[in-house]
Amino acid sequence: MGETPHRSADAGTGGTRVTEGHQWPAGASARMAEAPVSVRTPGGPGLGGGGALPTARRFGAERAFRGLTLAAGGFVLVVIAAIAIFLIAKAVPALQANTENFWTFEGWFPNDAEPKFGIGALAFGTVLTATLALLVAVPIALGIALYLSHYAPRRVGTSLGFLIDLLAAVPSVVFGLWGREIFLNPVRDFSAWLNTYFGWIPIFGGDGPFGRSILLGSLVLAIMVLPIVTSLSREVFLQTPTANEEAALALGATRWEMIRTAVLPYGRPGIIAAVMLGLGRALGETIALAMTLGITFNISFNLIENGGNSIAANIANTFGEANETGRGALIASGLVLFAITLIVNITARAIIYRRREFTESAA
Amino acid sequence: MAKRIDATNVTAYYGAFKAIENINLTVEPKTVTALIGPSGCGKSTFLRSINRMHEVLPGARVEGNLTIDGQDIYDRDVDVTAVRRMIGMVFQRPNPFPTMSIYENVVAGLRLNGVRRKSILDEAAEKALRSANLWDEVKDRLGKPGAGLSGGQQQRLCIARTIAVEPQVVLMDEPCSALDPISTLAIEDLMFQLKDKFTIIIVTHNMQQAARVSDRTAFFSIEKTGDPGRLIEYDNTQKIFSNPGQKKTEDYITGRFG
Repeated sequence: MGETPHRSADAGTGGTRVTEGHQWPAGASARMAEAPVSVRTPGGPGLGGGGALPTARRFGAERAFRGLTLAAGGFVLVVIAAIAIFLIAKAVPALQANTENFWTFEGWFPNDAEPKFGIGALAFGTVLTATLALLVAVPIALGIALYLSHYAPRRVGTSLGFLIDLLAAVPSVVFGLWGREIFLNPVRDFSAWLNTYFGWIPIFGGDGPFGRSILLGSLVLAIMVLPIVTSLSREVFLQTPTANEEAALALGATRWEMIRTAVLPYGRPGIIAAVMLGLGRALGETIALAMTLGITFNISFNLIENGGNSIAANIANTFGEANETGRGALIASGLVLFAITLIVNITARAIIYRRREFTESAA
Repeated sequence: MAKRIDATNVTAYYGAFKAIENINLTVEPKTVTALIGPSGCGKSTFLRSINRMHEVLPGARVEGNLTIDGQDIYDRDVDVTAVRRMIGMVFQRPNPFPTMSIYENVVAGLRLNGVRRKSILDEAAEKALRSANLWDEVKDRLGKPGAGLSGGQQQRLCIARTIAVEPQVVLMDEPCSALDPISTLAIEDLMFQLKDKFTIIIVTHNMQQAARVSDRTAFFSIEKTGDPGRLIEYDNTQKIFSNPGQKKTEDYITGRFG
């Protein structure tokens, strides 16, 4: 194949050119001696060089850029260290002044003459609202993402995706206001209904009043987390190699079976990452929860009665009238929140890492 | 377990673009048929029309008549997944499911069809891997990821996955183009064995390969870019490569064009 006379002739022409090229080095080295720097002058030996190898440049854009990136990387470490030192330095005196157990005391009176405050109820509320929010948001988000990536006609998918991203741009204080003023009413009615028919389940028990509850806060959080999880998982689903999707279809898979066989397993690490980012946002969410929760300091699984609190909401609500010890106590609570987020992230990475053998070859 | 395929006036489109026009072709059971021709002549499009994979792409559609043992595969009442189960496909690039082990890859098709019992799956996996000449190489590491195998092994894994569901016809879209010569030889040997059981249609750019493995060869070509591909000549492989009936075929197989 391809050994036609015509092509051989072509190859011959190429050969002549190569022979001519061989004459370069002699002339080139002569020119190099005259002007060693002007390697790229027209008529010179060309980019391939010739003659003696020039020495590497000691200072140049390459080094400068390397230094810049190194500085940028180092800067992050410095900032983190500075923040950590500041937080710990502020938190420790407050913790020493605390007259109750920081982990178990259910209350927050750090501004009193005998400061009493405990993180238990706040941490519990933080984790409970975030978990509930994810339980509600993730299935819906994955459903939307799959619809956008694999079911919707392209035009619908793009515009709906844009709307979802727009939802992410709504400031959280607006969500808080909306939750407190408008969404409160249906949630209160729904809570009363749950209490009437499912009151025998402890989480829906109690005598009211209902409304400004863990349920309201979690639902508002769920709406806020939804766009992040949706758009990230949509990106991940869109990245599924067509080859894998076609392999599943060619085996006789329906579209849903194809998604189960090819898309979801491939996107698993990405979904976990998306959920963790959503969880990060839910754990750190401040003002929306400060506005929608009932603000109490007790550990209770009751979802519908007025109550609930979170670390970040507590900081927003009490920072204004906090004295020195009070601020230290709030900073200590911030450290606990940071630790929770860290644990969540490490867990997520561990989950992804466990399947690395499969996910790495997927990449 | 092999069926006859009849194509009558098959025309396929990508949106407004007509990729192939009026293809008429009959493929006999238990034979290997090679589709050859220059790039863009529509041989892959025709191949993908046979198991209705062409219509997966947005805007793509097929006209004309395609039957398998007399049954119209484009009939409105026909379940498209049943067609694809009956007519398996091996792709140009090895595409094992990256998140699955070797074993899971092979039984993926059976699982899709609701086979759950471990003993049946085990048996089918071993049978398919043996048929694909891969069993001895992977029997000790069935739980390892399929994507960790070499390219040639991956392609044989994909063949095992395709034949594990026991289709009637196996379509191969340039199955060796991403492989080295030794892996290519292994797959060509495999085709010889497989044609005892299956009807095989293979698209290839390698004319020696077409000459080596196929019983019948179909030559596709286009007039110029933008024109639909047409079937120029379809005959016994030996005749096509020794004494082609058409000038165009002769020009192509002697390397004078394309």
